[in-house]
Amino acid sequence: MAATPKEPVQFTGAGPLNPLVSCTLTWVDQRFPLMALWRDHLSQYYAPKNFNFWYFFGSLAMLVLVIQIVTGIFLVMHYKPSAAEAFASVEYIMRDVPAGWFIRYMHSTGASAFFIVVYLHMFRGLLYGSYRQPRELIWIFGMLIYLCLMAEAFFGYLLPWGQMSFWGAQVIINLFDALPLIGPDLSTWIRGDFVISDATLNRFFAFHVIALPLVLLGLVAAHIMALHEVGSNNPDGVEIKKHKDAQGHPLDGIPFHPYYTVKDILGAVVFLFLFFLVVFFMPEMGGYFLEYNNFIPADPLKTPPHIAPVWYFTPYYSILRAITEEFMLVLAIGTAAYALLIWLTARDQRVKFAALGIGLVVIVLMKGGPLALEAKVWGVAMMGAATLIFFLMPWLDRSPVKSIRYKGGLFKAALAIFVIVFLVLGYYGTQTVTPAGTLISQIGTLLYFAFFLLMPWYSVMDKTKPEPDRVTQ
Amino acid sequence: MSEQDTDQGKRQFLVAATTVAGGVAAGAAAVPFVASMLPSERAKAAGAPVEVDLGALAPGERITVEWQGKPVWVVRRTRDMLDTVRGNDDNVADPQSKKKMQPAYAANEFRSIKEEFLVVVGICTHLGCSPVGKFAKQAEAFDPNWQGGFYCPCHGSLFDLAGRVYKNKPAPDNLVVPPYKYLSDTRILIGEDTKGA
Repeated sequence: MAATPKEPVQFTGAGPLNPLVSCTLTWVDQRFPLMALWRDHLSQYYAPKNFNFWYFFGSLAMLVLVIQIVTGIFLVMHYKPSAAEAFASVEYIMRDVPAGWFIRYMHSTGASAFFIVVYLHMFRGLLYGSYRQPRELIWIFGMLIYLCLMAEAFFGYLLPWGQMSFWGAQVIINLFDALPLIGPDLSTWIRGDFVISDATLNRFFAFHVIALPLVLLGLVAAHIMALHEVGSNNPDGVEIKKHKDAQGHPLDGIPFHPYYTVKDILGAVVFLFLFFLVVFFMPEMGGYFLEYNNFIPADPLKTPPHIAPVWYFTPYYSILRAITEEFMLVLAIGTAAYALLIWLTARDQRVKFAALGIGLVVIVLMKGGPLALEAKVWGVAMMGAATLIFFLMPWLDRSPVKSIRYKGGLFKAALAIFVIVFLVLGYYGTQTVTPAGTLISQIGTLLYFAFFLLMPWYSVMDKTKPEPDRVTQ
Repeated sequence: MSEQDTDQGKRQFLVAATTVAGGVAAGAAAVPFVASMLPSERAKAAGAPVEVDLGALAPGERITVEWQGKPVWVVRRTRDMLDTVRGNDDNVADPQSKKKMQPAYAANEFRSIKEEFLVVVGICTHLGCSPVGKFAKQAEAFDPNWQGGFYCPCHGSLFDLAGRVYKNKPAPDNLVVPPYKYLSDTRILIGEDTKGA
């Protein structure tokens, strides 16, 4: 960032300013880098001129974050984080607080909207290779935001203290119970009690309204700072900074403000139409945004006959359920095949032996008789791995091109299969367990991991087209 | 002071010493916060034993009582139900109750003190859902040859009428039998037993 000149504020192309405003701005600017921030992040931040539909979702995610924070503040004014009062206080918000229903439905719809927008934002990254060098850290900060968001959604879901709140939290906290050695003590520590109770509700409230929002805001700032440091990717996946004009501005770039601020306002208006359509006319979204069982107060003695997490967690939930004792053999064979693949194709001796060693340890932990971990532990591990594996994207994709536009059939097919698998796993995660559903989830789990783990091979074998030098229209 | 006058060795030592001391202080400062999240004294004190009257329980019926915030089931098994347990050894993962999921006095064929009454914690050993009682012998979506027992709606684990987990299900262990003892022929106390009984 260039040093900030401490001269009277100059506006380019915005017409003459009222002298009083100009004077005030100069006074502020000599004490705080206001105009520099404005320039670096808006009026002089050059973004590629070829952004398309998929580039709405970053700013929409910010909009939803603002909706969640504002509605959240007003919900906290009426909500009571105590096991005895929580459920009734939510009903009080819904029935007695003026416009309480409206604020609460904005918040509950906002939770699902957040995940829709973020999933589409992530898909954009997969399409155009936005995770590739030099944007690895943007992707990593983004993934941390995604994890933070999942934690935020999980903690928030306990607060209404309904049946799904209670039993959903019971299942997720018991995931930690599966960890060897420390598991039971860890889950007791998380709950603050031997069962989910008032203590658990209280601390989840603290995490949901204070701890995680602070982390989330910090991560969003880091995500944007990293983005503005290296500059945005675009649908062609070529660097616009390679071709600059005499002033040093990218030839294929346009200032974020006013061009993309105006475009994003259009996106926000369309989004808000759809958002409020849901808020006003279908806030429960057929049981997917607000589950019917959550309109029953929490009962520690009775699990609802059918429990499933909210839709945005269901792909991972399917993976958790897919790992049964008999499936462990398939996983062990898969691990062996993968280690063999690395052994046969790696050039570096150390990589070969590392693959062999790690493969052996994993296989022993999967199927090694007395040394094997329970299928339950592996279910938890695979579910965790399924979320964390996104972090590796920058290093798994070895294609010479970034954008799907210039990638070949192999990568396109792999991405298409991955999206279908993600949706199918998501669907089965909402359904009760059946043998057919389990089998489909198991196949889905294998394909899910194959998309990532085989990428270093198929992205190289793929027949790519040459990238253009400049962005196309 | 110019760079040449700086005692680099002293500076390095001071930086290292400050870092170590600061790190220890930060670690120590975390202790009360981590400790504050452990179960409170009040939570630890809760969970007194619960007395249950078996007299009103009809054969083939189940009651659920709360002990330590958890559901505990008491099932009065009929002769027919006990026979299905006996014939079910091949379908379950730990037919002899070898794993310590029960007190020694319940490590037997029917996992109970008196075979007629099953007392188990109604929490699935997988991820803590409370399974549903499906006592009727009839074809179910999860098992066409269902002999009666418990079905966990969360992840599909099955347990027979002795709380033994079926093979190849997500749940690794049999349902937990809590410590309990008979106060009289029709009254039990859950949460307390006579040592060595």
